[in-house]
Amino acid sequence: MKLSMLVEILEALFLCGEDLSDIEIDKAGASDLMSDILAALSERSVLLTGLTTIQAVKTAVISGVTAIVFVRNKKPEPDVVALAEMHGIPLLSTPCSMFVSCGRLFDAGLTGLKGIR
Amino acid sequence: MSSLKKCFNIRSRDFIHAGEASITVQQLLKQMCIDPALIRRVAICGYEGEMNVVMHGGDGLYCVEINSDRIVLEISDQGPGIPDIPKAMEKGFSTASDEHREMGFGAGMGLPNMDKNADEMFIESVPGSRTRVRMSFFMEK
Ligand SMILES: Nc1ncnc2c1ncn2[C@@H]1O[C@H](COP(=O)(O)OP(=O)(O)OP(=O)(O)O)[C@@H](O)[C@H]1O
Ligand SMILES: [Mg+2]
Repeated sequence: MKLSMLVEILEALFLCGEDLSDIEIDKAGASDLMSDILAALSERSVLLTGLTTIQAVKTAVISGVTAIVFVRNKKPEPDVVALAEMHGIPLLSTPCSMFVSCGRLFDAGLTGLKGIR
Repeated sequence: MSSLKKCFNIRSRDFIHAGEASITVQQLLKQMCIDPALIRRVAICGYEGEMNVVMHGGDGLYCVEINSDRIVLEISDQGPGIPDIPKAMEKGFSTASDEHREMGFGAGMGLPNMDKNADEMFIESVPGSRTRVRMSFFMEK
């Protein structure tokens, strides 16, 4: 699905990278553990996390994650947003919890990181 | 391709700049048109290693050597060292503090991820003194 579709499903708002809303996503992963993300996430995937540190964005850059969604209305500091913008990683914030976010995206057809559902 | 070597300083407990060496090398490798799957493996190993130095080690050095047949990463620090390397390599083993865990680290998966992603990995540590991790990645012929 396009990122714009995911934004609608999660009632999310862009913190940066709105110009990339046509980008395609087909996998999602949810974790607050950086090593989990590094072990599993990759291209065309979205990371759902409650972690708003600068390391969350750096981990996304390293693992090639396409976009990050912060659950429960969390929003990172401006320097974190600036780093994501520099690396072309759209950041989104959703009012949904981790559980509800995952449920909605699963329902909409996204797969896990290994293509399983 | 001729050989190229670059080194970056890593500062212990500097979480603001932690990861910059790995991201710089990732971008350098992309410019060199190296296989994206290989770049990904190098980037993951470098980042896990760099974060380990920042969290657990002392000040250190991140060096990358790019040859026509392989990429070699060497991450070393003046750390407190690792007393039991086989134990540290176990999935889930971690001495990370609560502060590290709040930042999303401390799963005890860094060294296992590095071992899985590198073609060869070698750790050497002198407890109370230093640690050196060397990882090699072979280019596809
Ligand atoms: N450079 C180092 N200096 C001293 N101790 C280290 C170093 N690297 C790793 N260790 C020790 O090995 C343990 C395991 O490292 P590993 O990277 O697997 O997990 P972690 O860093 O604790 O958590 P994660 O990497 O999942 O965030 C660490 O908790 C630490 O005790
Ligand atoms: Mg680690």
